[in-house]
Amino acid sequence: MTTVALKPATMAQALTRALRDAMAADPSVHVMGEDVGTLGGVFRVTDGLAKEFGDDRCTDTPLAEAGILGAAVGMAMYGLRPVVEMQFDAFAYPAFEQLISHVSRMRNRTRGAMPLPITIRVPYGGGIGGVEHHSDSSEAYYMATPGLHVVTPATVADAYGLLRAAISSDDPVVFLEPKRLYWSKDSWNPDEPDAVEPIGRAVVRRPGRSATLITYGPSVPVCLEAAEAARAEGWDLEVVDLRSLVPFDDETVTASVRRTGRAVVVHESTGFGGPGGEIAARVTERCFHYLEAPVLRVAGFDIPYPPPMLERHHLPGVDRILDAVGRLQWEAES
Amino acid sequence: MTVMEQRDAYRPTPPPAWQPRTDPAPLLPDARPYRVLGTEAAAKADSELLRRLYAQLVRGRRYNAQATALTKQGRLAVYPSSTGQEACQVAAALVLEERDWLFPSYRDTLAAVARGVDPVQALTLLRGDWHTGYDPYAHRVAPLCTPLATQLPHAVGLAHAARLKGDDVVALAMVGDGGTSEGDFHEAMNFAAVWQAPVVFLVQNNGFAISVPLAKQTAAPSLAHKAVGYGMPGRLVDGNDAAAVHEVLADAVAHARAGGGPTLVEAVTYRIDAHTNADDATRYRADGEVEAWRDHDPILLLERELTGRGLLDEDGIQAAREDAETLAADLRARMNQDPALDPMDLFAHVYAQPTTQLLEQETQLQAELDAEAAGPEGAVR
Ligand SMILES: Cc1ncc(C[n+]2csc(CCOP(=O)(O)OP(=O)(O)O)c2C)c(N)n1
Repeated sequence: MTTVALKPATMAQALTRALRDAMAADPSVHVMGEDVGTLGGVFRVTDGLAKEFGDDRCTDTPLAEAGILGAAVGMAMYGLRPVVEMQFDAFAYPAFEQLISHVSRMRNRTRGAMPLPITIRVPYGGGIGGVEHHSDSSEAYYMATPGLHVVTPATVADAYGLLRAAISSDDPVVFLEPKRLYWSKDSWNPDEPDAVEPIGRAVVRRPGRSATLITYGPSVPVCLEAAEAARAEGWDLEVVDLRSLVPFDDETVTASVRRTGRAVVVHESTGFGGPGGEIAARVTERCFHYLEAPVLRVAGFDIPYPPPMLERHHLPGVDRILDAVGRLQWEAES
Repeated sequence: MTVMEQRDAYRPTPPPAWQPRTDPAPLLPDARPYRVLGTEAAAKADSELLRRLYAQLVRGRRYNAQATALTKQGRLAVYPSSTGQEACQVAAALVLEERDWLFPSYRDTLAAVARGVDPVQALTLLRGDWHTGYDPYAHRVAPLCTPLATQLPHAVGLAHAARLKGDDVVALAMVGDGGTSEGDFHEAMNFAAVWQAPVVFLVQNNGFAISVPLAKQTAAPSLAHKAVGYGMPGRLVDGNDAAAVHEVLADAVAHARAGGGPTLVEAVTYRIDAHTNADDATRYRADGEVEAWRDHDPILLLERELTGRGLLDEDGIQAAREDAETLAADLRARMNQDPALDPMDLFAHVYAQPTTQLLEQETQLQAELDAEAAGPEGAVR
């Protein structure tokens, strides 16, 4: 047995590696977007790809999100596997027409004749001090569109595995990259990247008995921190990382909540009309007789993403999560 | 130096990075729409091609009439007729090689049919049956597209992909005059020009976007002029002159196939019918206007040319009409059968593998269908 030398790696490096391995494995994989070529992307996720695979496979496009995604549709029709980068969350909106009117439904409207294997990488979420339009959590819009897969990694290993899975998927995948985790490091073996994760499975990041924190992407580390802090209160919190919002892993989530009897959904996106409402409803439908308290949500406020100097008040942090958990206990007692 | 001397000594020079890019002159469209029929150019036209165009125009006119009639019988939910625009429809289809791709808008059913799509399958979208009734790969016709101009970037992407793969495939994308105001039109034109993609954009300027006339749509000298700003040639053609449309498109296709990049072709035509059968055109246009265009009818123009040159006689006209009648009768007969739809198909093509949620919903619908089939007695509550 060989011992694997684990090295610290960042999520951005794992993503780059995933793109590179996918391009090397399959000549039909094409990366394109704004600044992805020579510059390597504003987050350097596509660094080196143009050099290694040429401009035709890693292409700097004109500055036009609808054009990028629309061209990707045509390329996918002709047998390519485009991986497009939307530079920032809020700049993907011009491409929504293409996304919703075509990308998500081409398979359906052609009765299976024209599947579109497109991966749409979107750096999303706040916590990096970005100016306006650089911190949106847009996952609810994607989740509300049938035909799209929506995934978001929280660890370096998942970043690699899920991106490989997304690129090899025969369906369009919106791949949400938590910006503030780009530089988070994990022990990882870049020489032997992990197995490709199947899309659609949640994972229990931390087992616990008192309550389940259901979360994903940038809020996973916050929930893990909250779970640690909760030990002082005598609470043993389970943390479920969804990884995939669509398809949704009802099985893992339901099993966890049935064990713990209590649940809090945590995400940065707004609470009203946000992903948490859907998740809370599903959990309630499936676990009603097991629940000791209503499913609570800890989300961003229902406001346009605030200026960076105020974002720490907006983003759900450890205290707000612990407050919610406290309310669960209280409601259980009364 | 005095101030005046200083001023004279300063000769404005271009900023250092500035270089002329493209000479706009060769890109500019002709001042008047190019015509072939009734001019000296007609003598050079391939008579076999003219005959084929004619037969397809007659079929197309009849198809439009039949489809419109089917809306009155409730067999079609809606039909956007291309009566008066058949020359554009037919030329677009006939100009392409088998390996090429056509990207139609919702009005371009006829172009799809002329390219070989089954006339009934071409109507499923408008019938309320499935969104796309045909396999797009069978004839290389993209699904009829209802959101305006969104199919244009697809054409660019497909043509680009084909070129990357070393295939000499050309994509021809159709759009209306109103559609040229959409952002996707701009993005597609720009991508195509930057990538030198083998694409031909055909704008059918039929005067109206539903009720809005061209003058309220754009301030450009012509829609073909829009090409120059992207660095591609713009061509203006008489859209009712099938020979001219075919020739201009053929040049553009050849140019694209040879690696010359995209062309924007504006065909000046007229929408004889209302926007769709559901629209009331009397609210926004005068009858006289329509009458003037009837004298410039695409079938009349070509018929005059062909008969004048002895390429078509009464028997030929009759034969074309009979062929069109057969098409219409077949369409009528097949459209009068109720389509067989399987409700379970609702879940079949959302994802490659249905999600657990969809499987649950499929089971639910199946139970509802079973209960329905069992009738009121069979229903267990
Ligand atoms: C994005 C979008 N906006 C609005 C509509 C509604 N609509 C359908 S047809 C039409 C007018 C289109 O006019 P034009 O592009 O000139 O094409 P024509 O119908 O004349 O062939 C409009 C506004 C649409 N289909 N798509």
